[in-house]
Amino acid sequence: MRNNTALAARPDNDIGAWLEEQENKSLLRFLTCGSVDDGKSTLIGRLLYDTKLIFEDQLAALERDSRKHGTTGEDIDFALLVDGLEAEREQGITIDVAYRFFATAKRKFIVADTPGHEQYTRNMATGASTADVAVVLVDARQGILTQTRRHSIIASLLGIRRIVLAINKIDLVGFDQSVYARIVEEYQSFASNLGFTSIEAIPMSARYGDNVTSRSDNTDWYRGPTLLEFLENVPLEEGRDSEPLRFPIQYVNRPNLDFRGFAGTVSSGSVAQGDAVVVAKSGRQSKVRRIVTQDGDLPMAVAGQAVTLVLEDEIEVSRGNMLVAPTSRPHVADKFAAQLVWFDEQALNPGRSYILRTETDQSPATVTELRYRINVNDFAQEEAATLAMNEVALVNVSTQSPIVFDSFAENRETGSFILIDRITNATVGAAMIVNPLRQAANIHWQALEVDGKARARQKHQRASVIWLTGLSGSGKSTIAGLLDKKLHLAGRHTYVLDGDNVRHGLNRDLGFTETDRVENIRRVAEVAKLMADAGLIVIVSFISPFRSERQMARELLPEGQFIEVFVDTSLEECARRDPKGLYKRALAGEISNFTGIDSPYEPPVAPEIHLETAGKSPEEMVEAVERWLADRDAAGQEYDDGGGI
Amino acid sequence: MLARLSHLDRLEAEAIHIFREVAAHFSKPVMLYSVGKDSSVLLHLAMKAFYPAKPPFPFLHVDTTWKFREMIEFRDRMAHENGLDLLVHVNEDGVRDSINPFDHGSNTHTHVMKTVGLRQALDKYGFDAAFGGARRDEEKSRAKERIFSFRNAQHAWDPKHQRPEMWKTFNTRISKGESIRVFPLSNWTELDIWQYILREGIPIVPLYFAARRPVVSRDGMLIMRDDNRMKLHEGEVIENRLVRFRTLGCYPLTGAIESDAETLEEIVSEMLVARTSERQGRLIDRDESGSMEKKKREGYF
Repeated sequence: MRNNTALAARPDNDIGAWLEEQENKSLLRFLTCGSVDDGKSTLIGRLLYDTKLIFEDQLAALERDSRKHGTTGEDIDFALLVDGLEAEREQGITIDVAYRFFATAKRKFIVADTPGHEQYTRNMATGASTADVAVVLVDARQGILTQTRRHSIIASLLGIRRIVLAINKIDLVGFDQSVYARIVEEYQSFASNLGFTSIEAIPMSARYGDNVTSRSDNTDWYRGPTLLEFLENVPLEEGRDSEPLRFPIQYVNRPNLDFRGFAGTVSSGSVAQGDAVVVAKSGRQSKVRRIVTQDGDLPMAVAGQAVTLVLEDEIEVSRGNMLVAPTSRPHVADKFAAQLVWFDEQALNPGRSYILRTETDQSPATVTELRYRINVNDFAQEEAATLAMNEVALVNVSTQSPIVFDSFAENRETGSFILIDRITNATVGAAMIVNPLRQAANIHWQALEVDGKARARQKHQRASVIWLTGLSGSGKSTIAGLLDKKLHLAGRHTYVLDGDNVRHGLNRDLGFTETDRVENIRRVAEVAKLMADAGLIVIVSFISPFRSERQMARELLPEGQFIEVFVDTSLEECARRDPKGLYKRALAGEISNFTGIDSPYEPPVAPEIHLETAGKSPEEMVEAVERWLADRDAAGQEYDDGGGI
Repeated sequence: MLARLSHLDRLEAEAIHIFREVAAHFSKPVMLYSVGKDSSVLLHLAMKAFYPAKPPFPFLHVDTTWKFREMIEFRDRMAHENGLDLLVHVNEDGVRDSINPFDHGSNTHTHVMKTVGLRQALDKYGFDAAFGGARRDEEKSRAKERIFSFRNAQHAWDPKHQRPEMWKTFNTRISKGESIRVFPLSNWTELDIWQYILREGIPIVPLYFAARRPVVSRDGMLIMRDDNRMKLHEGEVIENRLVRFRTLGCYPLTGAIESDAETLEEIVSEMLVARTSERQGRLIDRDESGSMEKKKREGYF
């Protein structure tokens, strides 16, 4: 069966030239994933068989095993080629990832065959972490299943940007183009926000070989490439040579007093003799004196090379630190946000101490906040107190000592880490870093001579926060806009904070889960506080559905500055107006966590101003607010901080 | 213009990275040195990983007492030339009971002299990490194994509960008595090994090259009679045939192939048109399907 025709076909049988050809082949790593029984192992078996990489003795063993364990009647069961564990062959399932190797005239391939069962998702993640392309199998009869979506989301989180949607068992639906088209459409709509750069949908039959390595006559309606054609030609990810230098130090090599080398693998960028480098954690700078290898010193090393660097200066560097480009440095922080995939049967326990391990560094760490869980079916952000096996979440992490990192989007190697249970030593989670978090503790307030009162007095006004709360569509923004205009005409210094100018900037990282809504209001309240301290009259227009957050905002401000205005419009009326069409979408189930529909609104108990909007114009409403403000000032309450509105 | 790393460059860098991770994390690592071509490549990579220092760990050979004599000569020469700290362990219980492949069969012999012998040596020295030259392309259960493969205090592998292994971020944590087997050549294929030997000029045991050797045809395999402990069965004759070996183990369990490949280039050309896998020459894998997994679970490498 097996023959390497490439050499046999060479007239001169020139081994030297052949070897050079082999050396220069590129390597593509990909994985097969998808739901159980979608035919992943069968597909790989078929690829190995069709590319003539099965030896005679292996084929004989396969035929023997097919009769014993096979699920394909008289035919060879290709899955048995890759399901290497006894338990797998007995149960006819894949438990752990298997790595297989094959080559064509164009490329070498390492394929990770990953399990479809939900309980073995961590093994799928293992295979995906080193892959460039994911082949997502779908059984044409079943269509897109939960595991199809879960695996696609994990592939996306792990930085895979190219997907082959292998619509398998197309023979069992009579090679029907409409079945293919329906699945493609469903997948594309689901995957539209997963950040894939390409989704190649191929109808195939792994069992019979249609469109795997050769074009099928049964699908004459299909014009795209076969799977193998695609894998041979898909562009490889751009090398990381042009990015800034990251050299994580693995090992300090010190055989004698005259030699002190820092051994490691260049993660990104390149480093040349004489280059200036900076120690990430200390900021100390030095120059590269030598790049040492057993084959002689190198003038330069690039991403992927394992070398030993000798520096000009005797500076303090050890394992876990990083040598980096002076002009473009990584983050050094002990608090950061990350997307976490949980692997362990024992759920994540926020607050518990785990061992965090990056490629070369480690530190005790806790998950300080579970910001939201990602629903693997629709990518929705959900409230969660804990994280069960195979679930995914955005979390805040705090380490005992600072670590060096980039965001995962910038560098898969320096932007990732695993969590290890301190007792069982199990790898319980893997995470992709999103960004560092600022530490309030390190920001010291300046003691100022000029205070809030002074600033308000200069503006001849009383600093206030007029907080409009009410359902979406209740009229808050209209009232806020009109009030702003009238106060401005009256010579006041005002500012409006609303969803539009805050959600798009300051709070663009927040969604609509309960946790995010709380964070949204906290930030708005803090900004309002700063503006009031600057002496402004701040008009806040936010749904702000929860009493506790409005109370929190009230307590942030000096007594009397917070003016709660309840814009009271019935849900029926808001839904009828529906100025942004949001109610319609929420009622159709397209938007989740929508206030008044599937998320509660808690009306104020004792607002300063209660505006019942039914039958009244916005102008009347604004006048009511102005009246209240005038009454407050007329009541003779003298304030140190201004002359009243 | 930056140099593009070749396929072999990448495999080499990955293996060096793995060696250094172990040296940085474990207190008592060891490299299992079995004298074959994969061990030769592993040794070469270990020397590169720590240059200009020597590898900061000893090399262990579990001698079943049935290895080819040329392997033992080669082993001692390599240790001397590279200045290695070489440990040789023999299961003395097995020697006392005269365990041998002829009377006890390949299974018992391998289990007692190799698997148990290895466990004895690991316990004796208290090694917490052991490098092996296994490759994932060799066999189906090896294709499933992690690069850092956890072993409990009884040296057993639990294939159904392997630790997830993400990126190049390895979980090196173990409790007392437990250990990790580490496989820097996991992602290499047999062809990669030969290409690398050729490119780097790595010395290998001469048995890999074709020569006239005294062989006996037995059970469909050509067995080289390396010493007179091998008794001839009725009708068997010793023939001097031009043969070589694709893998090396205990001589009574390792089949030779007829070949005239006398250089590395010729070996590679021959390999390219090979119709059988390299393990076909290994008697121990043929007893039953899944036999490698069984041995591995018991602590075999």
